[in-house]
This record gives sequence, structure tokens and C-alpha cells, in this order.
Amino acid sequence: MSERTFEVVGTRPVRHDGVDKVTGRAAYGADANWPGMLHGALLRSPHAHARIVSIDTRAAAAAPGVKAVLIGADLPDTHATISLGEAAMDVRDMSHNLMARDKVVYHGQPVAAVAATTLDAAREALGRIVVQYEVLTPVLTVDEALAPGAPLLHDDLVTKGAAVGPKTGTNLAGRYEFKRGDVAAGFQEADTIVEREFRTATVHQGYIEPHACIARCGEDGRAVVWCSTQGPFVVRDATAAIAGLDAAHVKVIPSEIGGGFGGKIVVYLEPIAVALSRKAQRPVKMVMSRDEVFRATGPTSGTKVHVRIGARRDGTIVAARVSLWYEAGAFRGSPVGAGAMCALAPYTIPNFFIDAHDVVVNKPKVAAYRAPGSPMAMFAVESVIDEIARELKMDPIDLRLKNAAAEGDQAAYGPKFGPIGLRAVLDAAKRHPHWSAPVGPNQGRGFALGFWFNGGMNSAATITLGADGSAAVFTGNPDIGGTRAAQAMMVAEELGVDVDRVRPTVADTDTAGYTDVTGGSRVCFATGMAVIQAAQEVREELKRRAAKMWNVAPEQVTWERGRVLPPAGAKDAKSGADAQPLTVAQIAARMTHTGGPIVGRAALYAPMAGPGFGAHICDLEVDPETGRSRVVRYTALQDVGKAVHPSYVEGQIQGGAAQGIGWALNEEYVYNRDGVMENAGFLDYRMPVASDLPFIDTVIVEVPNPLHPYGVRGVGEVPIVPPLGAVANAMRSATGIRFTELPLSPPRVLEQIAGVDARREGRPGTVAVGA
Amino acid sequence: MKLHINTTINGEPAEFLCDGHETLVSALRNTLGLTGTKEGCSTGDCGACSVLLDGRLVPSCLVLAPEAHGRSITTIEGIASGDTLHPLQRVFLEDAALQCGVCTPGFIIAAKALLDANPNPTEAQARFWLAGNLCRCTGYDKIIRAVLDTAATMNEAAAV
Amino acid sequence: MATVYLPSGFAQFTGGVESVAIEAPRVAELLAALRTRFPALADQLDEMAVAIDGTIYAEPGYQPLRADSDVHLVPRIAGG
Repeated sequence: MSERTFEVVGTRPVRHDGVDKVTGRAAYGADANWPGMLHGALLRSPHAHARIVSIDTRAAAAAPGVKAVLIGADLPDTHATISLGEAAMDVRDMSHNLMARDKVVYHGQPVAAVAATTLDAAREALGRIVVQYEVLTPVLTVDEALAPGAPLLHDDLVTKGAAVGPKTGTNLAGRYEFKRGDVAAGFQEADTIVEREFRTATVHQGYIEPHACIARCGEDGRAVVWCSTQGPFVVRDATAAIAGLDAAHVKVIPSEIGGGFGGKIVVYLEPIAVALSRKAQRPVKMVMSRDEVFRATGPTSGTKVHVRIGARRDGTIVAARVSLWYEAGAFRGSPVGAGAMCALAPYTIPNFFIDAHDVVVNKPKVAAYRAPGSPMAMFAVESVIDEIARELKMDPIDLRLKNAAAEGDQAAYGPKFGPIGLRAVLDAAKRHPHWSAPVGPNQGRGFALGFWFNGGMNSAATITLGADGSAAVFTGNPDIGGTRAAQAMMVAEELGVDVDRVRPTVADTDTAGYTDVTGGSRVCFATGMAVIQAAQEVREELKRRAAKMWNVAPEQVTWERGRVLPPAGAKDAKSGADAQPLTVAQIAARMTHTGGPIVGRAALYAPMAGPGFGAHICDLEVDPETGRSRVVRYTALQDVGKAVHPSYVEGQIQGGAAQGIGWALNEEYVYNRDGVMENAGFLDYRMPVASDLPFIDTVIVEVPNPLHPYGVRGVGEVPIVPPLGAVANAMRSATGIRFTELPLSPPRVLEQIAGVDARREGRPGTVAVGA
Repeated sequence: MKLHINTTINGEPAEFLCDGHETLVSALRNTLGLTGTKEGCSTGDCGACSVLLDGRLVPSCLVLAPEAHGRSITTIEGIASGDTLHPLQRVFLEDAALQCGVCTPGFIIAAKALLDANPNPTEAQARFWLAGNLCRCTGYDKIIRAVLDTAATMNEAAAV
Repeated sequence: MATVYLPSGFAQFTGGVESVAIEAPRVAELLAALRTRFPALADQLDEMAVAIDGTIYAEPGYQPLRADSDVHLVPRIAGG
């Protein structure tokens, strides 16, 4: 790619939706109220695993203010699959997940819904619904789920992929293999072999805005849904399929979205609100409580990952064996396949064997969470790589550089890498002052890599030019983190108009061309590409209009940053004077006379943006008295291809790092033996707060992506991957203990420190504290 | 039996009817249409519903609506003066201190309370004061910088 | 002829074959040829993405192939 100089890309304009968001005017999911609306509420299962014997809703239906009652039998049962943008999902599973039929498979699964004139009336009516359950034993971990004779979640579950045992009568929903070379022979060549087994807890995306929607369905079966979602087109198609409507009759208007991180792609409320509205013939608003968000939406998998890696004395990795087991929650579909493909992605390893297991358990169905599947796999591998560096007394960055994949190498997941920034990121980390800074008492430093495939898929963009030369651009991607600003910048870059005179808009499903989700780090890459192409379309039309005004052929005119230049000797057709360069505004002012409105459009299907690599350096201080640890310095380096708006690129990296730190240090779903989550609130779930974190330094590395006109690679997901390993490796440095289970919460850390102290002092046994 | 509440909101007299058990955040959002105050948890843990009650920072999900009677409330809608943004609002935009923006009203209210009480906070003071406000997008980096930058700007302006 | 590399986990559907050369102008024709040659593989192919010379397409149907393209079948990846 030739070095392009940019005028707008790389600058930091104020975001276009910013004033609405600092003044409280921006309207999120729960901020809409429609005339005559009812309030919907859900009755949820008190059991993690039970058969539904009967549901009696008569008393609820007769309660004051109640206008509609809904149970699973009211919804169609369909086995259709719909696209979630990047993955397909069985509509039946999604439908049962949001409204149980004959069985409940996790605590908090909805079993009935009520719409009433007030929220109090709806909640009161829920208490009048009588459900009889036959309680079954829940399975809560992959080990329990795969034990011989384990209770089955689904009698009809069939193992997908490369099953080795029986494919039916199991909780194993899928098994996948990846291999290269001869693993046994590879380990024979190793001078050192490190083998460990790791576990990570179920964690939640933790978006601050709970799921919310308002929907109305008329007598004609046409529905309008306003909701907070990453994927308005997913909501349209899923709502139609689950509620039994024709998708042609469903319009989805995306509200502003208060965070998603992958958890607002699937639907939970919208089909229920539409179905209730169809019964009641009034709009129905539904808003989840935080308790409901934790118990019944989006966590990502609890996992077990077994890693064995062998290396020669010089650091060359010769063999790896990785086994992964990911909890899918109550329905098939954990991100274990992606975990398997990410696990060894940074390294060229001649011999490896990976097997990956998708396991159903009686917990909420997992949803995508930022680089789904990668953080847990790379936590395990990066911990083992760190141990190998210790055994070989090598600098951890040098060991990684020795084995780092480069352009032309075959990725562990199959194809050859194009230009990638892994080595550039490692070099930048090695040079960074943080890496050589002294470490304080009770502190340790950790380093880890992260990898993610950044997405592509369907995007469309339309640009309309005003007679004043300003431009409006609209796409179908809800703006979670500054994508409106990035898109306006791309239009400004291509047309040479002031970014402040570009108006970016998030359009509804009847207005935007089909567009895949705001997710997969795809918006700046794929939708950005559509915006750039649409702007180029406008530019070509501007040249044609100028040519008309000068009565020359369009090929004779040239474009120069915001202006069209005439060929030598050209005259203005109206005045007869020598033709002068025309600005966008000058051409736009005369568009009525030169052919009417100027509109540019582009629609495309983008391949995956390709590999993104990041490296994080973490300094952790551990209090040996309490086991509490604190991140005291943190540096995140990442190849982003090209940073369109660097502030929001930094923001993505900082936010991803903070989520990963929370995952590593504190966050976990705590279950009791009955499968009931015991910490379903922010106070006890304990995401990082401002006083838990230092400033997070970022280093943006730009190795251009040849698949994008500006070199954009996608940025949002990679930064959640390295922190798990970086924090655990820092803990290893600080305490001398290799922790293999996350989170590194104070009780767990204290227990291990106490155990080491006890052994050191020759005392029998270990001292368990706080466990 | 609804209660009739007379209060002051963003400097203007206001009145509304509510049930005795209704929360202030519900009255603000659902009865008075002031949806800039967000509800993220309803248990006082996330700070999205932060408002000032007689100048004191409170989570409005833990205040009963009837408690507003005879008191003065400031919400995000009352932070700007006329067509001029409050310095916090302006600097939040300049420093890109928001991503999804749903926690932003609560942060701006909480940061205003901080700067009202302590016009020159240290980084640690800002972090601990704002520890009651959750943000899941930013890692707090740019939020803390924006609050410290605002303090510096306001102090400069005051010194002129 | 394009060379197709099959994931090792598919050995049970391909009789152990790990790569195969196929003459096909586009991915659609290539996948059709694979289905004919390995009928047991057909169900698995529906859930695969295709990497053509290093670039991954989740829905690759009519992507053209070069005479010497390297084609890898890889599981589809869902982002967040």
C-alpha cells in the first residue's frame, strides 16, 4: 500500500452525538414512552433444572390492569436458523431461552410474561401465576456435565463436529480438532516441557444499560420495535421468527445503546414484547432489572483449559497440546472453536494437537463477549509460555519474538498470515520504558499477548449532499463507541468538506441497507469501507456535474482535495469565462441545474479484516496480609492497522484492558449447589471501579491492513485478551506462585500465599484463609 | 392514594404525584420526562442515576420520590447554563471521555459534586470520589483525565 | 488446481484425507466437488468459513479462485 497522507483521518474531532450524550438528551432503550403503553414483566424459573408440569395463568389474567398473559405454548416452535451476523443460531434454542416450553434449564429462565397498565400491576400479576415443577438435578461445571450418568439438559442433543464417543445421550454439544505435524515426536525434541490445567469463571459483559425495548404490534400484524441492540437486523429477523410474524412486517428502530460488548446481539425481550402487544393491541415496554441481566443474559463461558508446551533450550517451541472445555450455558454454542483457533495463533509451532469441547450446563446461555473465546484460551497458553521463559531464563518478550508468526507463516488455525503487526508490537513493548522500569516491593510484572480475528460481513452506506455542500451519511450500525464520528471523518476525508458539516445518522431497518451487527470489531473496517466507497461515488458524480458546467468530458476533469479542477482552456458554459476550480459547495449549489440531487451509495460484503495482535504489560502489587492486589501500572500496545479517531481507538484499548483486568482479578458468577447465582448485583459481582485502576497507557502500532483503503484492521476486541495472562504472570512475579484459576480474588490469593508460607516454614498442611 | 410533591428541579418549581414507595429516579424519568438520569442497577451500586439533592450527591434510585418534597434537585438536564455547556460537559467531549455514553450523565453530576466540594482534586481523590460510578467502556482513563482537566480549566478561569 | 486443506477433525468424514486438489473457478464449485467426493462431509461444510490465500470469508460462495489458490476450511468465528 502506498503511503497515503490523511487530512482528517488521525485527528480527534468532537463526536457528533456528543452534546446529546453529555446533556442527557440522547435516548437509550428505556427512554422511550409511547402513548397508551403497557408494562411487561417476566416470571422466571426458581430452579436451574426442572420439568414444567403445568402453568396456570387464569388468576393473573383476571388481575386488575392485566391486558395480556403469555407462556411458551403461545409462541411457535420453529427449527429455522437465522444469521447473527457472524454465526447462525437455531431459532428454537433462542426462543426456548427467552420463554421455556416443557423444561427449564437455568435459574432465571422466563416461564411466563404479563403486560399490564402499570409495572406494579404486572409484577403483582406474576405472583398469581401457578407453575408446578418437577425439580431435576442441575449440572454446573463441564466436569459434572460430562461425568458418566450426568443428568441431561436436552434429550435430543447431538454432538456436532468430531465426536469420539456416542453422539447422543450426552451434554457434549460439539467437539472440534486442529492439528499439525507429529505431536509425540515434537515433545521428544523438547528440552523443557510445561504442563498446567487452568480454569476461568463465568463472567458477564457488564454493560451499564440493562436490556430494554418498547414494541407495538397492530391488528394488521405489523410491528415496530424500539430497542437497545448491537444488531437491529438480527432483532428484526429473530423477533419475526420467534413471535411468528413475517419479517417483512417488522421494523426495528435502534435506540442509543448503553454498552453491549457482544451481549446485545441475541434477543431476550423483543419477541415477548411484540407477542404481548399483539395480544393486548397496545404498545408494551419491557426493561430488565440488573438482577435479570445477570441471571438470564449474556455471560461468557466458564472454562477448563489444559495446556502442555515443549521447547528447546534455545527457546524454540517444538510441540503443543491444548484441550479446551467451555461451558455453553443451557443451549449449545460456546465460543470454544474460536478459543481453539486463537490459543496458539501468535506462534509458529510445527507440531500441535488441539481439541475443543462445547458443553451444555444449567447456567444462562452464553452470549458473545468481546473476542469471544480467545481470552480464556490465551490466558492458559500465555501462562505456560511465561513458565517456559522462567525455566529457560529467557526474557518473556524474547521468547515470544523467537516464536512469533510473521507474514507468510501458516497460522495455527490454517491459512497463511498476510502482513501482521505481531513483531512490531513485540518490538514496541520491548522498547517501552515500562518494560525496563524498576519493580517496587511486593510488586510483580507480567507480560502477555492477545489475538483476535477482526470481522467483515455486510455493510451499506448512503450519503446525501446538501445544496450547501454539507453531507449526511447514514448506516445501519448503532454507535457504541464513536463510530458516527469515524464515519463522518471518512466522508470528510474523501470529499474535503469540514467534518463538522457531515451529519452521521444511525438508520432503522427500513432505511439502512442490510447491515450486520455493531460487533466483531467490524464497523470501522467494513461499514467504514462502505462509507468510503459511497463518498467516492459522490466524488465521481461531482466530477460529472462540474464537467457538465464546463461542457467537457468527465474524464477531463480532476479531483484535488475538495475541489474539481477544469482541463486547460475550459470555459464556464454559462458565463463563457475561463473555468475556475469548483468546490464541493459550489457544485452542490447548482445541482438542481446539473441533474438533481447528489447521492452516493455503497453496499458490500467484506472478508474478515484479519488478524489483530496486542501485547500488555502489567505491574501488580500484592498485599501479603490480605491477598488483595492492585494494578499499579499498565501499558497496552496494539496493531490497529490505522487509527481513524485515535482517542476512540485508545478508548477501546483502555476499556478492553479494564474488562480483562476485572476478569482476571475479581469478576465471577458465584453459584450455590442448586445452580442459583448468589452475587447477581454490581456490589457483589464487583467490576473494576475508578479507584481500582491506574491510567492505562496505550501505544498504537499501525501496520496497514491491505484489505481496507486506509489500512484499518479493527480494534475493539483484541484488548480484552491479554490482561488475563498479563495479570496472572504479574501475580507469579509478585508472589512466586503460578495461579491457574481465575479470578485472582483476595481469598484465593491469600490461601495460596499462606500455603506457601506454611510449606516454607515446614508446617504440616496448608492454611486456608477466607476460602 | 397518590402523594402530591412540591419540589424544585434544576432551579424551577415542579410538582408531581407519586406512590409512597416510588423512587426518585422513577418520578424523574417516568413522571417528569427527565430521562437524562439513567437507571443501571436500582441498588445504588452503579451511579448512573446520580443527582444532586440540596447540593448533595445521591443515587436517585435509593431516594424515595416523596423525599423530594420541599427540596432542590439538580439533574443532568440542569447542568448547562442556557446555550453554554458546563466546563465538565465541554471537556468530556474534548477528551473523548465517553463511549456508549449511558454512564456519562451520572459521571458529570458526580464530578460536579466533587469540583463543588474540592476544586483542585488529586488523581487519587478523583478516583475515590468517582468510585461509586461504574463505566464499562473506558477503563476510566479519559474520564479521570477529563475531570482533572476541567478542574485545571475552571481554576485558570477563576484566577483571571 | 486449488489446494483445499481440511481441518484435521474432519478425518473421520474424509477417510483421513487432509488435503485435496480441486479444479474449480469459484468456492461454490469447489465446495460442490468436496460434497460429491466426501458425502459424509456435507453437513460439516455448512458451518465452515473459507480462507482463500489467507483472507477469510464467512460467506464465500462466489469468491473466485486462482489456479494455485490455497483454500483452508476454518470454523466460523463470531465476534462480540
